[in-house]
Amino acid sequence: MCLAVPARIIELEDDKAVADAMGNKWNVRTTLIPDLKVGDFVLVHAGFAISTLDEKEARETWDLFKEIEEFDDNSNRVSG
Amino acid sequence: MLRRILKAQNLMDCACRKLGRQLNIMEVCGTHTVSIFRNGIRPTLPKSLKLLSGPGCPVCVTDQGYIDVTVELAKRDDVILATYGDMIRVPGKSGSLEQLNRSNVKVVMSSDEALNLARENKDKTVVFVAVGFETTTPATAVAVGQAADENLENFTVLSGHKLVIPAMKALLTDKNNKIDAFLCPGHVSVIIGSDAYKTVLDDFDVPCVVAGFEPMQVIEGIGEICRQIYKDDIKVESIYHAAVKPEGNPTAQKIIDQYFEAFDGPWRGLGNIPGGTLRLKEEYAQFDAFKRFGIDQVPTEELNGCKCGEVLCGLIDPPQCPKFENTCTPDTPIGPCMVSSEGACSAWYKYGRRRRRRRKQA
Repeated sequence: MCLAVPARIIELEDDKAVADAMGNKWNVRTTLIPDLKVGDFVLVHAGFAISTLDEKEARETWDLFKEIEEFDDNSNRVSG
Repeated sequence: MLRRILKAQNLMDCACRKLGRQLNIMEVCGTHTVSIFRNGIRPTLPKSLKLLSGPGCPVCVTDQGYIDVTVELAKRDDVILATYGDMIRVPGKSGSLEQLNRSNVKVVMSSDEALNLARENKDKTVVFVAVGFETTTPATAVAVGQAADENLENFTVLSGHKLVIPAMKALLTDKNNKIDAFLCPGHVSVIIGSDAYKTVLDDFDVPCVVAGFEPMQVIEGIGEICRQIYKDDIKVESIYHAAVKPEGNPTAQKIIDQYFEAFDGPWRGLGNIPGGTLRLKEEYAQFDAFKRFGIDQVPTEELNGCKCGEVLCGLIDPPQCPKFENTCTPDTPIGPCMVSSEGACSAWYKYGRRRRRRRKQA
């Protein structure tokens, strides 16, 4: 439920964005962070960007997710 | 990295020696619980340092009565129940949403999807099963705002939203509590800010350290708690600088305040917590599913023999529940801590079983 995933904003119009996380593209609302720009890295939770992140932090988390997916056959991260 | 791990471990040893008794640290957040198990952190800790899994899984702390209300609403033909996935398997007194097997129960990934259901099904009332802490609440608030703007009369919210800090205080107020320090939740803190824990520190003088979910963050967070205890320097500290600011996310806080107000409400295992839950403000009553369907109060009946309540308070570990691994497993869960992927029972079961399997193979 608390899982938030880093993603990069690739399209943005008003408070509706498309974000890319490890090749997956999601529709994301940016209402909670008013000053975002295309290219920014954000933490996405339940369809909303809740915080900005720097690129290094985002990439480190992606690497961790990849590692988990590789080793964790029961990975179950889809929740609210 | 090794040097950082050794430093944290050294601090843990020093704090435990100084204390001369078991040091109990509660990780409030369910994602921390999972990270601790998944990364094998528990066995690396000193024997006299114990981690308690706290009430930080939104599904787990959702009161039994709330589940019963969702099941009753899902039986109505004029309702579409939109819910996050974890909620559908939690058993109420007459089964779970999943067991109802009705096509009007829809799993959504965001409040936006629930709004879309309302837009596309004007002949039904959509009830959004809104659970979660401060991380999820702004998303619900935005949806209510949008429904108000569009005059979307068939969208309603069944608010099960909760506030973390009143729960932390309630835990510390309980005379049986064993908590010496809190490892504070990372993503809730993104919203409320690390400064928000100062009120816990003022009232109870326990270390409150915010950490992210990567293994080094967890280890260093525990290390910082131990440093504070060893140095007698108890304070609020955040080591999750990448995402958490002292003031949090003011936009999100403002949106929550615009639509919701705190009131006294039930948490599973913790009972009625003063100011521990959120309900929609009076001016948004038309979107309040409790009011729309005339549900006055939520009865609170725990399922027979389920010890999830004691697990959530850190009073027992999951294997101390007689049903754990016996009749209660992730495939046949009796309580929510076994249902949710972030629940303490589910984590103990999943990772304990792997260890046992590995031991058998070796």
